[in-house]
Amino acid sequence: MEDHKNHCEELITSISEYVEGSINPQLCLELEKHLSECHNCRVVVNTLKKTIDIYREQNTQDKVPVDVKNRLLARLHLEDYRK
Amino acid sequence: MIEPQVGPLNLEALQNGDPIEQTRFVELFSDRIYRLALKMLANSHDAEDVLQETFIKALNALPNFEGRSSLSTWLYRIAVNESLMLLRKKKPEASIQEDDFVDTENEDSFAAYQILDWCCLPENVFMNNETRAVLDQQIQKLPENLRAVFILRDIEGLSIRETAETLDLSETNVKTRLFRARLKLREELSTYFGEFIQENTNGRS
Repeated sequence: MEDHKNHCEELITSISEYVEGSINPQLCLELEKHLSECHNCRVVVNTLKKTIDIYREQNTQDKVPVDVKNRLLARLHLEDYRK
Repeated sequence: MIEPQVGPLNLEALQNGDPIEQTRFVELFSDRIYRLALKMLANSHDAEDVLQETFIKALNALPNFEGRSSLSTWLYRIAVNESLMLLRKKKPEASIQEDDFVDTENEDSFAAYQILDWCCLPENVFMNNETRAVLDQQIQKLPENLRAVFILRDIEGLSIRETAETLDLSETNVKTRLFRARLKLREELSTYFGEFIQENTNGRS
């Protein structure tokens, strides 16, 4: 890793865009080449992706509790207009 | 962004104060606004306050809505501002966190990254209640300016452009903040899952 270290630091700032898929193609090639050779950077990229994934997945289940929504509609004087 | 199963809103009726359309507006967006507030504030009572204030302000301001941004971006913006106002009211020192990352001097140094591959833990570990609580706590530890960006982009699934619009930031600024937020969270989760792996390995041996 020591040999790679500077290169890692240089490329690590682009991994967020890499994960987004918005990285420019040339940098992408360079990064992917580096990733194929550098275990540590691969771990960083994979765990970064996973971090985003688990936040996304846990979120989709959350809804406003029924009592909270009822109080909201009452506060807005809309409680009689629900379907 | 994933839209709930409600037909498109009639903006004109909404702006004219039609209560049926206003109710649909609430039905369409209340889950998202509540979720945002809950993640921003980590307190269900405060989140409910923000939810109510957001819709009161939105319904009052709707006649002036010019459609320069989408309705959801516009509404998110009100909710983020309400959340930030409440945060500042509760702990004024929080505004210090609005700085330009002076607290993060060492963070971009590669030596600071934890290298632990916890991706292959069983899926149920990521979804259990303990992990969910940790995920929420870690968002709270983010400085506010990073927290809002992460919630809008990575949790609520807004695009970079929509996130920038909502928060009045440049897209470059959103990307920078997003990068920092994601890295911070990755570090914290690496610590947490590292301890988890260690505990479970010890348990077995």
